[in-house]
Amino acid sequence: MNSSSNLINALFIFVLAGFIGFEVIRRVSPLLHTPLMSLTNALDAIAVVGAIMLVGRHESRLATIFGFIAVVAATSNIVGGFLITDRMLKMFKSSRPESGSAAKPAAK
Amino acid sequence: MTGEISSLQIVIELLYLVASVLFIFSLKWMSSPTTARHGIWAGEIGMLLAIGGTLLNRGMSYHLIAIGLVLGTIIGVPLGRVAMTAVPQRTALSHAFGALCVTLVGSAEFYLRSPDISRFMMSVLSLEVILGGLTVTGSLMAAGKLQEILPQRPLTYKGQNLVNFLLLACALVIAITLVLHPENRSLFPFMVLIALTFGVLLIIPIGGADMPTVISLLNGYAGLSAAAMGFVLNSKLLIIAGALDGSSGLILSIIMSKAMNRSFTNVLFGAFGQVQASAAAGEEARPVRSATPEEAAAILSAANRVIVVPGYGMAVAQAQHKVRELYDALTKRGVDVRFAIHPVAGRMPGHMNVLLAEADIPYDRLIEMDEINGDFPQTDVALVIGANDVTNPAARSDATSPIYGMPILDVDKSHTVMVIKRSMNPGFAGIDNPLYYLDNTLMLFGDAKQFVGSIVRELGGGH
Repeated sequence: MNSSSNLINALFIFVLAGFIGFEVIRRVSPLLHTPLMSLTNALDAIAVVGAIMLVGRHESRLATIFGFIAVVAATSNIVGGFLITDRMLKMFKSSRPESGSAAKPAAK
Repeated sequence: MTGEISSLQIVIELLYLVASVLFIFSLKWMSSPTTARHGIWAGEIGMLLAIGGTLLNRGMSYHLIAIGLVLGTIIGVPLGRVAMTAVPQRTALSHAFGALCVTLVGSAEFYLRSPDISRFMMSVLSLEVILGGLTVTGSLMAAGKLQEILPQRPLTYKGQNLVNFLLLACALVIAITLVLHPENRSLFPFMVLIALTFGVLLIIPIGGADMPTVISLLNGYAGLSAAAMGFVLNSKLLIIAGALDGSSGLILSIIMSKAMNRSFTNVLFGAFGQVQASAAAGEEARPVRSATPEEAAAILSAANRVIVVPGYGMAVAQAQHKVRELYDALTKRGVDVRFAIHPVAGRMPGHMNVLLAEADIPYDRLIEMDEINGDFPQTDVALVIGANDVTNPAARSDATSPIYGMPILDVDKSHTVMVIKRSMNPGFAGIDNPLYYLDNTLMLFGDAKQFVGSIVRELGGGH
């Protein structure tokens, strides 16, 4: 059956993406946990894709209204999320020139 | 969706694939502050490709979509420009928006498809809507508490867990009924309503100090609900983005709960009710030593190594810019100044780092707890600004303390501890801090911003 093979595919993708996410995010510096959260928030707003389809297809009045509100909510997350993440990351400056990597504090 | 795939569909799917890869790179580049800004570009390009690809679908009417995108941008821009001190509530609010989108799309899909919904699809759809619904109201409550529209104190009542459990059970019963009989359309709103109520009740017993864990957890819920939406819509891109967001929230929740010595199950089941401190501790007034700004400045300028321990109090007093002046003044005198960051200091993960970075303190001076704790015995002065529980030595020694076992910053091991604090009132959690009564502790009573300002003036004047 097509729908159940779709389901198995989806489950594979979910599990594998979860592992990738775990490994990638484990390595994120604790310095950047706040921007990490606002960034994942913006990325998560990719749900806008589903909302756009609802609005674009006009299948029922209810679906269109719900979809429209969803587009607005998700878009505000995309715009706001990327904006504030960028603002935050711009503020992180090293005390040393850009060349060296920030591994250990300079003193002793 | 099924059957033959048109070439247009292939193009769209390929765009989604590229977007997924870009999203993963976006998070990968967050591993270091030197590459992190590439991550934003990757994320933005991925997002544009995905939205662009979606708009390519045939038979779409665009005008409402365009209005929605514009309106969202109008709301999003000010949300991206809030002050850094307001970032925790902004983050909570955006969890609510994200979850709102997911819940609405899930609900619309239900009404479009029912009663022709397979059991599996209905289970995932229920999960999507329940998780989404509780995240909407839970995040709004959290945002309200952080913005101090709602009382920050935890509200607890008898049988709270039982009520919450019963409510969740009701939602699950409805979900199961819908899975078996998806034609019962009238039940669906009740399921959503219960999820929304549950979200409110879940956050009521949570105090401000637990917010870092709660925000991370809500982040995870939002991600999981988005992944569930991906299953419903059969969208691989959404599943991937949701899984990434979900694992991010999960990892942060684990880090936060470890840093508070809470078991992860304790966090998962939402039993974050603040442990009630025994008021008996420290009934008699024990002597404390206090110092003036002049004395504090003299001690600091005589020191070789200083570690500053910032906490939420620093954020409340908006003292970070004064702290930067202090850092400059001391560094100019050759004092080595570093900052010790406890994982749960502040109201969300990484909160202190952002505030200090905003005040232009270089990030290589901000040191994590595990890395800096061994250095306190060789430190002349530990200056605690607006932090309380994360420095409480009772967590190491007093098995009866509610925070016993929580990893803390070992400030008491440094030669001199100076604590800037408004008064001797116990902190938010109501737990007495024996640190204040130690022989090597000096209390600096006053507002953090003003006190640090006075120290800076003294340091400037003496030079």
